[in-house]
Amino acid sequence: MSTQHILLDGLPVSFTDGQTIMQAAMAADIFIPHLCHHPEFKPQGSCKLCTVKANGRYVSACTMPARDGMEVENNSPDLNDKRRTMLQMLFVEGNHFCPSCEKSGRCMLQALAYELEMLTPHFPQFYPDRAVDASHPEVLLDFNRCILCELCVRASRDVDGKNVFALSGRGISKHLIVNAESGRLADTDFSLADKAAHVCPVGVILRKRRGFAVPIGSRRYDVQPIGMQVERLARRTTTEEV
Amino acid sequence: MENTGFALETAANPGTLRRVAIDPVSRVEGHGKVTLLLDDNDQVQQVRLHIVEFRGFEKFIQGRPYWEVPVMVQRLCGICPVSHHLAAAKALDRVVGVDRLTPSAEKLRRLMHYGQILQSHALHFFHLSAPDLLFGFESDAGKRNIVGIAAAYPEVARQGVLLRKFGQEIIRLTAGKRVHGTGAIPGGVNRALTRAERDELLAEIYTIIAWSRQAVQLVKRLHESEPELYDEFGSFRSNLLSLVGPRGTLDFYDGRLRARDADGKLLVDGVPVNNYAELIHEEVKPWSYMKFPFLAAFGTEDGWYKVGPLARVQNCDTMATPLAEAERREFIDHGNGKLIHAPLAYHWARMLEMLHAAETIKDLLHDDDLSGSDLVTSGPRRREGVGVIEAPRGTLIHHYRVGDDDLVSTCNLIVSTTHNNQPMNEAIRRVAQRYLNGRQLSEGLLNRIEVAIRCFDPCLSCATHALGKMPLQLELLDADGTLLDRLQSPSPELSANVG
Repeated sequence: MSTQHILLDGLPVSFTDGQTIMQAAMAADIFIPHLCHHPEFKPQGSCKLCTVKANGRYVSACTMPARDGMEVENNSPDLNDKRRTMLQMLFVEGNHFCPSCEKSGRCMLQALAYELEMLTPHFPQFYPDRAVDASHPEVLLDFNRCILCELCVRASRDVDGKNVFALSGRGISKHLIVNAESGRLADTDFSLADKAAHVCPVGVILRKRRGFAVPIGSRRYDVQPIGMQVERLARRTTTEEV
Repeated sequence: MENTGFALETAANPGTLRRVAIDPVSRVEGHGKVTLLLDDNDQVQQVRLHIVEFRGFEKFIQGRPYWEVPVMVQRLCGICPVSHHLAAAKALDRVVGVDRLTPSAEKLRRLMHYGQILQSHALHFFHLSAPDLLFGFESDAGKRNIVGIAAAYPEVARQGVLLRKFGQEIIRLTAGKRVHGTGAIPGGVNRALTRAERDELLAEIYTIIAWSRQAVQLVKRLHESEPELYDEFGSFRSNLLSLVGPRGTLDFYDGRLRARDADGKLLVDGVPVNNYAELIHEEVKPWSYMKFPFLAAFGTEDGWYKVGPLARVQNCDTMATPLAEAERREFIDHGNGKLIHAPLAYHWARMLEMLHAAETIKDLLHDDDLSGSDLVTSGPRRREGVGVIEAPRGTLIHHYRVGDDDLVSTCNLIVSTTHNNQPMNEAIRRVAQRYLNGRQLSEGLLNRIEVAIRCFDPCLSCATHALGKMPLQLELLDADGTLLDRLQSPSPELSANVG
């Protein structure tokens, strides 16, 4: 069988049958911004950060299968403008106070905001009123920072077999909930050993009492911008997200 | 120089008086204003320093995880965030069961703090106050700033800027950033200094000490040039309060509380910081967002006190570094056996504290514990912690309660500038009486009021941090100041003794 290629920003990138545009790009060490994609989980294409233009159509790179000869536009002013706008909407929908967030420096949302040169939130802040769930002895849930990527939902359901998390509500009211009558994490069988405990790309699911143990300068995205960590992102496992 | 007992705080007939406002007060941290009420003969009848900011930290800390607090509360301030960072970390050390840090952690925190004292004192003296002191209180307002200093006294300005830069570098190396870092965590610190980083600082420290000595000499020359002005301007008698280290040494990082009266007699000594709430109460006045603390045992009239450099250098028995201690003795001798209460002497005290900080930094940099690896410790959890530190501007108190779920349930902060609320008001009343009465007001004359405030190096942003269940009282007054109606909310409870 001859080698198949897509043309990613004019560059031939090979792929194998069944690979998505995202997988082909990452295998070639090319960065496509993303939040809800994780190599260990089935893609769902909800965050839309990985939107690319394939043969002239906007598609999610994480769900779109690569096709031989497909022309894909990725790193263009048009797409990066749209991605920046999506980031701005994510920032204002939640309460993302990077200056006092312990995930700062190892948060994908923050890292992408730097990568895509987001300088202001642009839109009016929603300032939603979301309570923190500190009921679990080992894990804190700070819903203020949820971006609805559903990685925890997928991890708990598909890997841990526990169904601890779910999204509830529709449209602008959609929010992350805990599957317990009380709504409290302590009243589920959730454990720090669960895959879902280690998959959050932002600062919602946090191991308690760890806080700011890693000094500024040594945090993941202090060392290298996210756009230069494609190889790690392609091979990452949930355990490294702790 | 006797205490006038709050004369000029409230005029008898405010409705008939002419109002003059200094708004905003400039070359201080934060936003405040001064109002003067004058009668038909230009006699000052009322003088008040109002703090017009409103922050809310005590409220929004509630419900946050305790380990986030040292990083979050330091946002109270952009000038001395390290003080809040460390006071919070000290309080939360207790919560994670730590009474004694590892030697490396304590020395790294001390280094961070002394670096902060150095940079903040340099900022205040060279950038904010030197223009008044070197050009004159009523000099051309257009030149009365750091740019003017740089033009007229380039070497003084250069040293001021580089002294501050050195302090900021220490903060960067210990906290990760020059402003709002993350170095102190409950139970310790998150990084040590490498040998190369220590060498980098050691290469400069002897110059820093030399410049600090020159700064002390500069202030002394100013005092010698106009002794009457420097000894009398805005002077008032009051008690003093500060932390004091073991054997009565001046200690910015840790110690017990000590207070003296205006004659230097010890009022209280060796008070554990956990008992601060028994020692200090706070009064709320309807015309300012900033509270008025006082020593509870002596009441609101007699219990108010000064904090900061002028209080510290006279409250302690000694400074542990030789050059600063020699200068401190000379300072004490200047009082001829009496305590020095002159606000302008704050600058002298501040510069000798800067020298002490520089010498202490030198000693710490030679200590290999700074490069140690044993940085964090822990013990049995507690539900409450108090952390007290001597910030550049004075005694800073942080008090937290933490639930079993790790969330902060209560937070109380008494900030350095708040302690100096009554003293600042007293100082500007003296200045108004002495210089403003019966005169046509000019920018230069009004600057004298600001000069008096600047002596205390107030941080008005820090001092107005409260929101929520504070004991708020709403009063409706008619034009003559007669009370028509009053609403009062209940005050929160915080225990006096903390385990």
